[in-house]
Amino acid sequence: MQALRLSAYTLTSALGAGLSSHLDALRQQRGGIVKKHWETVESDVCVGEVAGLDQVQLRPELAAYDCRNNRLAQLGLEQDGFVASVQEAMARYGTGRIGVFLGSSTSGILSSEVAYRQRDPLTGSLPPEHRYRETHNAYSVADFVRHYFGLSGPAVVVSTACSSSAKVFATAQRMLAAGLIDAAIVGGVDSLCLTTIYGFSSLQLVSPEPCRPFDGERDGISVGEGAAYALLERGELAQAGDILLTGVGESSDAYHMSSPHPEGLGARMAMQQALLSAGLQPADIGYINLHGTATPSNDAAEGAAVLSLFGTTTPCSSTKGHTGHTLGAAGGIEAIICALALRAGVLPGGVGTRQLDSALPCHYLLQTREQALRHVLSNSFGFGGSNCSLVFSQVKA
Amino acid sequence: MSTTSIYLEGLSVLGPGMANWEATAACLRGEQDFVAAEVVLPAVMALPATERRRVGAAVKLAMATGFAAVADAAADAAQLANIFSSTGGDCDNCHNLLEVLASDERLISPTRFHNSVHNAPAGYWGIATGCTSASTSLCAYDATFAAALLETATQAWSSGQPCVLIAFDTAYPEPLYTQRPIPYPMGVGMVLSPQRTAASKAAMQLSFSQDALDVMADAGLEQLRQAIPAARSLPLLHLLASGQPGRVVIEYLAGCALAIEVAA
Repeated sequence: MQALRLSAYTLTSALGAGLSSHLDALRQQRGGIVKKHWETVESDVCVGEVAGLDQVQLRPELAAYDCRNNRLAQLGLEQDGFVASVQEAMARYGTGRIGVFLGSSTSGILSSEVAYRQRDPLTGSLPPEHRYRETHNAYSVADFVRHYFGLSGPAVVVSTACSSSAKVFATAQRMLAAGLIDAAIVGGVDSLCLTTIYGFSSLQLVSPEPCRPFDGERDGISVGEGAAYALLERGELAQAGDILLTGVGESSDAYHMSSPHPEGLGARMAMQQALLSAGLQPADIGYINLHGTATPSNDAAEGAAVLSLFGTTTPCSSTKGHTGHTLGAAGGIEAIICALALRAGVLPGGVGTRQLDSALPCHYLLQTREQALRHVLSNSFGFGGSNCSLVFSQVKA
Repeated sequence: MSTTSIYLEGLSVLGPGMANWEATAACLRGEQDFVAAEVVLPAVMALPATERRRVGAAVKLAMATGFAAVADAAADAAQLANIFSSTGGDCDNCHNLLEVLASDERLISPTRFHNSVHNAPAGYWGIATGCTSASTSLCAYDATFAAALLETATQAWSSGQPCVLIAFDTAYPEPLYTQRPIPYPMGVGMVLSPQRTAASKAAMQLSFSQDALDVMADAGLEQLRQAIPAARSLPLLHLLASGQPGRVVIEYLAGCALAIEVAA
């Protein structure tokens, strides 16, 4: 595929707002998952919560979009000079030539969860201030970002559960290749809500303690939240040191709604296609950021797929022990972690994992390592068997 | 600036008074009056019995729409990358979860939870067809059809392979119905190929436009166009039904409509 340059990028998660707090947390192997009381959940729950969302104020003209998810979207946008980079691209290309392609799994559904508790006892109606379109609808976060910048080009939300914000990179790549746009804001935003906390609990997929990816005693996810963005432009613009998206691979398990294919066939296909589109061999990949949710079946399937394709030598880890599983934002968050890893030469050691699963003899990093990288792979796999792998590369000096 | 051409290989419609493409095309050509009859959604016989019991109207609608488009193209669903697009996904299921989460017990069903993902119909499609190709699931509120057309065309060009588009919308029950009143379920399916084949029905070129939107002359159809995101496709379907070349502008996003140049 034609490579794309990540002209600007940023992320916000339980580790903090912006790149530097994340790089610091990766170097220090600091996790952000905390067991606490959250919203109206009866018992304490381990969450990767973003600090300060209650204090975020949207601009007055965007007040209709006010909800946890769009507050997180705005907080995330306003880090690392990302807004200025987008504005420069707008000046270069025009507002109609920049796409907005974001991933989210639950968008601002928390606003409808709260509104359903406040229904009129006689009529059953929702409180009049509830704004479905601007908060709960799956498109709301892309609509918010498009309005935030005053853009007039294409926009869409990809909502394929936990692969959502990896797949937007592929959408942007295709739109650029078709000549429909010159640049794209891609990324993902997903925020804590009752649907996912109770939902994953109903499937017995939530760990009572901070999650432990690839641990032999792993027992489920920790739900997290986050926002991540990249500004993508054509790869020809890239200079030494820049980060490129060089490969995308997408596949479907065609197996089960909530369980992965046991041998990880779909995961393997996505990784193979990503390598193929990047023109790379498995040995070229210096680090794999695993999907690594820490459920017994997910890690077993992904581990099998990684072993079958890469063997036991390629360094890998999941950063969900750091951030929690940010669901629809995970692909974007982990894409930016890959960009950071390339830029800083940091291979993140996992957080939370104590004893590696002996049945998954991948080269899982338990200690952070400082080492120059050239190409890295990021995996994102979701419910419904939706798989996406991305390859990022650093342009040589 | 227009794109290169994308070729329409198969087409399906399922909606109020639109039991299939042939009947819909006759209405759109004015040969039959449009009457918004209730939509009958068939059970998904392609799914195993255990899964079939778990799916509601949204999945039934998406499946029926997709299978009809694939059949019209005489294509193999297992080989087609697929693009699902819907404003609300499975709205009945979402409403049920919200009610349970607002109750004291909050005992939500694991099946309802995994059916709550926007890509649930795509997941069931994969199980039903065995297709392991790329699959995406989109939402762009009212712009959901045009967004799907762009995604499907660009996916077909990038992969060099035909792809299937399945745009479908159902309604929430109250209380969300008031905020998002979608009067009928409706699905539109298309198989699009990057190359002209013996089965190609039309060639389409896409471009963004500031021009005025095309609307439907028939008041009933125009009402649907405005009320159902999938029905934003009606002006395009109208042109396709005529069998004539032409240009049509359909609703996409504020400040950005989608123009489609149709040729033989």
